[in-house]
Amino acid sequence: MTFQVMLQQLMNGFSKTLLIFVLTLVLSMPLGLLVCFGRMSRFAPLKGLIKDGTPRFWKTVCGFRPVSLLFRFFISILRGTPLMLQLLVVCFGPYYLFHTKLAPSWTFTALILGFVINYAAYFAEIYRSGIESTPVGQYEAAEVLGYTKSQTFVKIILPQMFKRVLPSVTNEVITLVKDTSMAFVLAYAEMFTIAKQISAAKTTFMPLFVAGLFYFIFNGVVDYVMGRIEKRMRYYN
Amino acid sequence: MNILDLKNVQKIFDGSLEVLKDISLSVDKGEVVAIIGPSGSGKSTLLRCATLLTEMSSGELSYLGEKAAWTDQQTGKAVYADKKQLKKIRSYFGLVFQNFNLFPHYSVLKNLTDAPVHVLGIDKDTAEKTATELLEKMGLSDKADAYPCQLSGGQQQRVAIARALAMNPQILFFDEPTSALDPELTGEILKVIRQLAEAKMTMVIVTHEMAFARDVADRVIFMDGGVIVEQGDPKDVIGNPQEERTKQFLARFSKQ
Repeated sequence: MTFQVMLQQLMNGFSKTLLIFVLTLVLSMPLGLLVCFGRMSRFAPLKGLIKDGTPRFWKTVCGFRPVSLLFRFFISILRGTPLMLQLLVVCFGPYYLFHTKLAPSWTFTALILGFVINYAAYFAEIYRSGIESTPVGQYEAAEVLGYTKSQTFVKIILPQMFKRVLPSVTNEVITLVKDTSMAFVLAYAEMFTIAKQISAAKTTFMPLFVAGLFYFIFNGVVDYVMGRIEKRMRYYN
Repeated sequence: MNILDLKNVQKIFDGSLEVLKDISLSVDKGEVVAIIGPSGSGKSTLLRCATLLTEMSSGELSYLGEKAAWTDQQTGKAVYADKKQLKKIRSYFGLVFQNFNLFPHYSVLKNLTDAPVHVLGIDKDTAEKTATELLEKMGLSDKADAYPCQLSGGQQQRVAIARALAMNPQILFFDEPTSALDPELTGEILKVIRQLAEAKMTMVIVTHEMAFARDVADRVIFMDGGVIVEQGDPKDVIGNPQEERTKQFLARFSKQ
């Protein structure tokens, strides 16, 4: 196998890596915002039971927020277990639990689903940090000016949040570039899987090294693009 | 007619800390009221109750005779009007914060036009015309396209005052508008407030600037421990206080 053929095969794999990357990013970033809303939900159905003299213990019990709690649990599972395991569960869970027959095309859907859900959990927490670090004065100024709650969020809080979370988002995006190699557990032939196959077959380290170079260059591009966006947002602070 | 009426306002934090004890206050059209007093006396809380940022525990609040909140006879707790009514009430007043709270991602002009356009429904051209006039009055004509972070504290506070005025309020509240500024910039802001007073703008100003309160206000209120200790003509309250607590508080100022 010539170097060129190897490169050709790696490039084919890279297009699949890119596909996972783009789909995950495009789907998980908005989903993360929804998860973030769920996590920050203040819905507390028993709050009405709290009276002035209610003891602290019962105040805590009655103040519980089911939606927020549910999302917290969901986030803690996704952050607390390996992505690799999550991909396996999403892919093969339906078979083991319900004995569903899985079509061959399911693997790719499951792969993207697993990535999207996992990254949405991380993005949700990043967004939450951005929203909660908004100075309370911004809410108060908006309230006094008569903005509705949704206007305040969309016009005042959200744009500032996005600027503040950009460095954390860059971090997460760079991690995603490398995490795509996790697709190998579902035998999806993205770049790293192919590199490993060639490496094993030809007993050479070269394909792995080249794959590493690909990731490095790709992340260089990510870094540059995110840097440009950050710079464009620097017109205010 | 009174622009603002506060009756028997009480505010209790966490069920035990009584910050406001039965305060009543009315502000007439065109009147300038200065509220002075030590930290923790309840001045800011009173302002926050009046601007609906904090809910009072009990008491009555109305603007131009329209009720925003009243005490429920059975529970003895404050009840607030519905959303629609409160939205209307909010359009009657403006508030200038100690730390400006401008929207950093909006240009100065957009800070002044966004709420008039999207809250009051004024068309964009009219809003921009009003905003430009206001900026001119504030001496900030050349800053329309600047962002808040490019301005000095004094300029930011003038933008904040213009932003409040752009909503064409009946009454303007100031919460220690100069406390975040150095003496030079403080003068800048006081000059603007003075001009507003001359133009007969109804204002309630919480301030630590005694000389300013004495010169500009029609009435000075001295608060301590959640009650109004003394109020009246600025020259009397500041120049010749009757209550012991007021004398004590003003002692440092009088010596200057």
